[in-house]
Amino acid sequence: MSTLHTVNKSPYEKNSVGSCLAHANSGSSILFYEDAVYATIKGASIEQLVTGTEGVKLYALGADLKARGITDDKLIDGIEIVDYAGFVDLAAEHERVQAWV
Amino acid sequence: MSEDIKRFMYINRRAPHGTIYAWESLEVVLIGAAFDQDVSLAFFDDGVYQLLKSQDTSGIETKNFSPTYSALGDYDVTKLYVEQESLEERGLTLDDLMDLKWEDEDDDWAEKDSIRLVSRAELKEVLEQQDIVFSF
Amino acid sequence: MKFSIQVNEGPYQHQATDSAYQFTKAALENGHEIYRVFFYHDGVNNGTKLTTPPQDDRNVVNRWSELAKEHDLDMVVCVAAAQRRGIVDEGEMQRNGKDAENIAEGFRISGLGQLIEAGVQSDRLVVFGD
Repeated sequence: MSTLHTVNKSPYEKNSVGSCLAHANSGSSILFYEDAVYATIKGASIEQLVTGTEGVKLYALGADLKARGITDDKLIDGIEIVDYAGFVDLAAEHERVQAWV
Repeated sequence: MSEDIKRFMYINRRAPHGTIYAWESLEVVLIGAAFDQDVSLAFFDDGVYQLLKSQDTSGIETKNFSPTYSALGDYDVTKLYVEQESLEERGLTLDDLMDLKWEDEDDDWAEKDSIRLVSRAELKEVLEQQDIVFSF
Repeated sequence: MKFSIQVNEGPYQHQATDSAYQFTKAALENGHEIYRVFFYHDGVNNGTKLTTPPQDDRNVVNRWSELAKEHDLDMVVCVAAAQRRGIVDEGEMQRNGKDAENIAEGFRISGLGQLIEAGVQSDRLVVFGD
């Protein structure tokens, strides 16, 4: 019964990333895309929150990372980069998609 | 339950009036009521503000759609999940919210509360039971 | 898999419609079905034919129109949201006494029931907003 959570706003602009992390059940996945990819940069104040969410698989959209100049070396360990085709696959593989706008 | 009926969840995380999302999401719920799916609404984060009593928009001259929540029961929309933690973070309690009711025809038209106060942990479980999730 | 897409924001102001477009395109390329793309809130503004974006930038509206044409997509603009924001087709023009229509090719104006029905008929609803 797993969910793909999608989140697209910067964690410093609004609380969508925080709320998503707080509501994502173990076994679900979170895809960070658009401005939410800023949440995947290591060493940021939100890193503990991101890595501390139990049992949730984390993904980032490669095209949005690249657009924003976030290179692979800057990413928190364990975040898997996907492309749009990967985004589609994630949506298909999970039972529902919940958007955190 | 017929296998054709889906569980529809309408997510409300935004305050009313400052943006149109709360009102336009309610419009979807009202139209959606005619489609006989298993409907739930979730109010958390700033969405809890949508249910505050005594909203009066006469000064800002915008539509006061808050009375519409009271009509949801008549549309068979009877499951309004409100998150406890979101209320507490905002200094609110259930008493601050509108008293929303529905009449249960299977229970001699007994009046029941539409608002279901849930913890974050309980809301997480509710969200995992849904088929289609609308976000606004 | 049968997807429906909900787009809540207009062109250029937010990336939502771009992300929705890229997702839709990728889904189609991977052999999935797109049951409907439904434009709501400011998303109805993706359906105007009157935009003139700069030459060196993507043409959001035309891109949707072309994708719709290529894949016979059903792209629906919500009538209530469209009326509020001035997206008008021939029928709305007559009904509401307007002197112009501006709906872009490949988009049609219809009711919120189309969004609900998309939820009923699709395997997944993917929402793009802000």
